[in-house]
Amino acid sequence: MRIDATAVSATAGGRGILSGVTLGIEAGRFTGLIGPNGAGKTTLLRILAGLAPPAAGSVTFDGESAARIGRRALARRIAYLAQDGPVHWPLRAEALVMLGRLPHRGTLGGITAADRTAVERALTTTGTLSLRHRIVGTLSGGERLRVLLARTLATEASLLLADEPVAALDPRHQLETMALLRDAARAGTGVVAVLHDLALAARFCDRLILLADGAVRADGPPEAVLTDERLRDSYGIAVHRGAVDGQPFLLPWTALSSASPKDTPPS
Amino acid sequence: MSTMSDTLHAAPLPLDERVPYPALVAGLALLAAALGLASVVIGYVPFDLGAAFGDLLDGRATLTALVLAELRLPRAALGLLVGFSLGLTGAAMQGWLRNPLAEPGLVGVSSAAALGAVIVFYSGLSATLALALPLGGMAGAAAAALLLNVMAARGAGTTTLVIGGIAINSLAGSLTALALNLAPNPYAALEIVFWLMGSLADRGTDQLRLVLPPMLAGWALTLSAARALDALTLGEDTARSLGFDLAALRMRLIAGAALAVGSAVSVTGAVGFVGLVAPHLLRPLVGARPGRLLLVSGLAGASLTLAADIAVRLLPTRPELKLGVVTALIGAPFLIALIWRLRREEA
Repeated sequence: MRIDATAVSATAGGRGILSGVTLGIEAGRFTGLIGPNGAGKTTLLRILAGLAPPAAGSVTFDGESAARIGRRALARRIAYLAQDGPVHWPLRAEALVMLGRLPHRGTLGGITAADRTAVERALTTTGTLSLRHRIVGTLSGGERLRVLLARTLATEASLLLADEPVAALDPRHQLETMALLRDAARAGTGVVAVLHDLALAARFCDRLILLADGAVRADGPPEAVLTDERLRDSYGIAVHRGAVDGQPFLLPWTALSSASPKDTPPS
Repeated sequence: MSTMSDTLHAAPLPLDERVPYPALVAGLALLAAALGLASVVIGYVPFDLGAAFGDLLDGRATLTALVLAELRLPRAALGLLVGFSLGLTGAAMQGWLRNPLAEPGLVGVSSAAALGAVIVFYSGLSATLALALPLGGMAGAAAAALLLNVMAARGAGTTTLVIGGIAINSLAGSLTALALNLAPNPYAALEIVFWLMGSLADRGTDQLRLVLPPMLAGWALTLSAARALDALTLGEDTARSLGFDLAALRMRLIAGAALAVGSAVSVTGAVGFVGLVAPHLLRPLVGARPGRLLLVSGLAGASLTLAADIAVRLLPTRPELKLGVVTALIGAPFLIALIWRLRREEA
């Protein structure tokens, strides 16, 4: 499964959110979608998931339009994790994860053995087996997010698009979740995650897409994308760099004093 | 894999895990059937059910056979159908709007249906075409559901929904009052007022035959939305990402509510709060799953309506209390308690 976006634009309330975004998403890779607040990351992710049509440009899934594939078929191939996704009723965690199987179930068909296996696997992978009988409203923020992530894994889609899957987690669960997403990519699933933590993005992702002001500023391996110049221009920050056991890391260190980062003269 | 310590520390099983879903459905169906039977037996005149059925089956047009065929059976059947329609639609609207206060009566669907029926009553259409009355009710219910949807599309919190319901209710109420004001004679007005209170008394087989097809169609439409309502638990974006067409769902639920509630109201008048109370009582028993809540809320709604209708006949008040008055007397305090609790949870 692959997604191809070509010259995609999006607007909201007459304001341009994305302009001329062209990129491809493929299976087996962990792609981080990064960029400052308001860069259009969520809008792009929703368009890639087929949830919103672009104002201009085209999005194809394995070369076909969303309309041609059909909503249900697309739902079996792409799982989507919303940012701060609501859970409106006091469901039990297991019942919530089972919702991820809805694209596979007919209008009348009951729960199959395959459904149960997928749910069991998703609960195990996310470390939420012990929470299965808990009511979602009683979970902590981190537990809740892992259960929601298990819901997307239960779909067993070939692509997983996640909007800020680690923002609400404590450091340990951030590391575990990033490793989980990377493992899912190693196992063949294409993973795209909107990320704010540049250190985690640099360490775990195979590829980063840097979005700023609605356009792709850089797209490639983390070390090629996260240059000092781009971080200054896009985020308006300077970073501290180091290495642990030969593996490089970066840490946002200074907010550069300029109202608009783009006005900063090159130093 | 249950170990000793698991067993020791296990809290008492929650309700939804103690009662399996098929057993719950069967139990509620039995309850509704038993109340339906009780509704046939209980009445103002002593009644030999066996003899009446015997006469009816043998084709003897005795008084008891007539009472059974023309009064008792239609009343019980209508109670069952109307109650099921209200409970089912209440559960569906709550799932759709993701709000436990959504209810046909509270959000104005019932009063708009009543207005539609009153307009048909007035225009004289009902005299020429029997189907006109249910059609008027359905049109009113559909208009209110559409209006509600427009408001809900802008993110209906509990407050928006309640205020929207007040708006639709008062609009429908004032237009109904206008119709009463212009009534040609006081008796016509009085007749409408009593009809509006909601009652199952003195309805016949004709009305039953008239509303049964639209109600069944409405039920089928609503019940087929179960999966989509489950998905909506996770919000609209996620529901869409799970493969559900929300525009189609909206049309299905509005049509379902209009068919079921519109035709129910056109026969019985407004019977409030059944759609609020039934889903609320059953929600803990199905683990709050909106899809599973549909059928059991319909059955509970049928049971509640039949029980209330039996109560109005057992109460010594004369004239008989109207069914809608009794459900409102029970339902309104229930609503107040519910809002109280929701406010505490939101705080």
